[in-house]
Amino acid sequence: MIQQVLFVLIAGASLGYAVLQFLKIRRNIKLGKDEPIAGDTAERWRNVLLIALGQKKMFTRMIPAVLHLFIYVAFVLTQVELLEIFVDGISGQHRVFWPILGGFYTFVISFIEILSVLALVATIAFLARRNVLRVARFHQPEMKGWPFKDANYILFLEVALIFFIFLMNSADMARHNDEYGFVVSQFLSPIWSGTGDGLLHVLERIGWWGHILVVFAFLNYLPFSKHLHIILAFPNTFYARLAPRGEMENMPEIMNEVKNMLGLPVENAGAEVNMDNLEFGANDVFSLSWKNVLDAYSCTECGRCTSVCPANLTGKKLSPRKIVMDIRDRAEEIGKKLDTKDTQYAKDKAQPLSAANFEDGKSLFDYISREEIHACTTCNACVEACPVLINPLEPILKLRRYEILSLSEGPSEWLPMFNSMENNGAVWAMSVEREAWKNEL
Amino acid sequence: MNVFTMAEMAAEGREPEILFWVGCAGSFDARAQKVTKAFCQILDTVGMSFAILGNEEMCTGDPARRAGNEFVFQMLALQNVQTLNGYNIKKIVTACPHCFNTLKNEYPALGGNYEVVHHSQLLQELINTGRVKMQEGGTFKGKKITYHDSCYLGRVNGVYEAPRSVLASLDAQLVEMKRCKTNGLCCGAGGAQMFKEDEPGEKRINLERAEEALATGAGIIAANCPFCLTMMQDGVKAKDKQDEVMVYDLAELIVDSMVKI
Repeated sequence: MIQQVLFVLIAGASLGYAVLQFLKIRRNIKLGKDEPIAGDTAERWRNVLLIALGQKKMFTRMIPAVLHLFIYVAFVLTQVELLEIFVDGISGQHRVFWPILGGFYTFVISFIEILSVLALVATIAFLARRNVLRVARFHQPEMKGWPFKDANYILFLEVALIFFIFLMNSADMARHNDEYGFVVSQFLSPIWSGTGDGLLHVLERIGWWGHILVVFAFLNYLPFSKHLHIILAFPNTFYARLAPRGEMENMPEIMNEVKNMLGLPVENAGAEVNMDNLEFGANDVFSLSWKNVLDAYSCTECGRCTSVCPANLTGKKLSPRKIVMDIRDRAEEIGKKLDTKDTQYAKDKAQPLSAANFEDGKSLFDYISREEIHACTTCNACVEACPVLINPLEPILKLRRYEILSLSEGPSEWLPMFNSMENNGAVWAMSVEREAWKNEL
Repeated sequence: MNVFTMAEMAAEGREPEILFWVGCAGSFDARAQKVTKAFCQILDTVGMSFAILGNEEMCTGDPARRAGNEFVFQMLALQNVQTLNGYNIKKIVTACPHCFNTLKNEYPALGGNYEVVHHSQLLQELINTGRVKMQEGGTFKGKKITYHDSCYLGRVNGVYEAPRSVLASLDAQLVEMKRCKTNGLCCGAGGAQMFKEDEPGEKRINLERAEEALATGAGIIAANCPFCLTMMQDGVKAKDKQDEVMVYDLAELIVDSMVKI
């Protein structure tokens, strides 16, 4: 009875706290601008099925893909066991599905056990890859400090989850004369031979409680971790832009302004926009789209984008992963400041602090340097590489737009190009005619 | 051979089968001009009626847009759309994947809707339909060629097979670089990098790519983009291999090996 009460209290508290944290993340994502979701819903679901659920893009790198798949499938299927733990925890029963399912129960739990072993192998391999083999993409500048620790904490928690599952199952088997017949635990239960029933029960309870407590800890750890991708990968693939990859979002305000200048008819004319006070592109989370921010929260910092970035490969400062991580960090910073309700962060100090009334004197440019955004070749390798359809290129181009259009700054060498394009209609200022080459045919 | 402008054609009341969008590089850059001429020769040989915009053509605006300068992009793009729509253009071919991308994917939002093909796609069609006939034992028979995917034709627009199928017609030995197709490495020119100095780093991107191309042992590097052409050529030169390894556009390879009338 005490265990039941305790379980309900802990479950309630951890679920409740997690919900609060997730609502904050939702709020932070919505700090970004509205972006209409255009395109075919069926295609969006296809992306969710193939890319998020089916892990399609992971398989461009076979070994990590298979190892990741072990952990992923084990995670998904363990939810069945988690369901039982919940029912047992609330009702005070023990293995409630066992009498109902019988042999099938043995099969399901055995299946989970096999996957747990595979997941353990994968987890150890991943720990080795980060800490022993020191794979380069896990040790770049943006991975120092918290991101590096975060990755290891997740893997340790996974080891703990698996350890507790086997402690629970094997002690339980030893207590019940191996009647469950779980495929892996039957080899572990002999470890407990000669142990008294009382101690076995305690061990089983440690396994049970240990497992569920780590699950609750994990749930509340997600909002602060790159591990959030296990949830957000799904909406992120669903909401991924379906427009052609090569199409940069049009800017109707500027198009209409230029149409006016050229004397072309403007659709929706009359909606005169004052161009002087407009800001173009993005310099902060507020001027990115909510999808850009969702991207940032979906990132698991695997670094596949950075490992194929031509600028990064040749030693430039740009790292697409860092851009994405910076956006999340900035969104988090704004979120935390909003939570303080402190009007020192308000634009209008007389009004309450809100997303619309926020000014802390900082922007994304405090996180991302000009040098980084100037190094991008827009080659789309990062976009192609992301296993969950994050687009690191879009925010880079929005920052460039801000720099050029709102600040009138940018690399000085681009000025002659802009001038030449404006004055001569060509990227180079040439003294000959455009069709001069014809005469040499 | 006579290359007509749309203005000349319109004056005679004629309509070409296709508009050849030459682009800034194809018009002004000495190296890319050779590609322009080669492509015109191919079209002329197969008797395809085509025209250019000539002095009425402007930069599509791609580098300005990617640099962040939407004003300059709109200025040029809207004027181009005006010109193209004025001539009632339906189909466009271009030898530049940046022009290709902008015309195909970005002009529709500005009121310009055309069927746009890259010259590698048109070449593939001309070869497949037998309009371009290849010589028996052509210039490149048995030679080792490696193909460099441009980002804007490959990864951005998903065209990987057309240029390879064009190269297959040369009867040459196609060797792939380690990074190819979806994983192809940029030459370093895109996103208006062509028009500025590199940001500080350890190496130029084109050198990295040229080294990879040279590692295949191919004597010819085939490209489909005027900027890749320059970048790869510079990379090969930096490795002092310009006498052994040539960088060509697909159109140049085809014009050398096709049956002329």
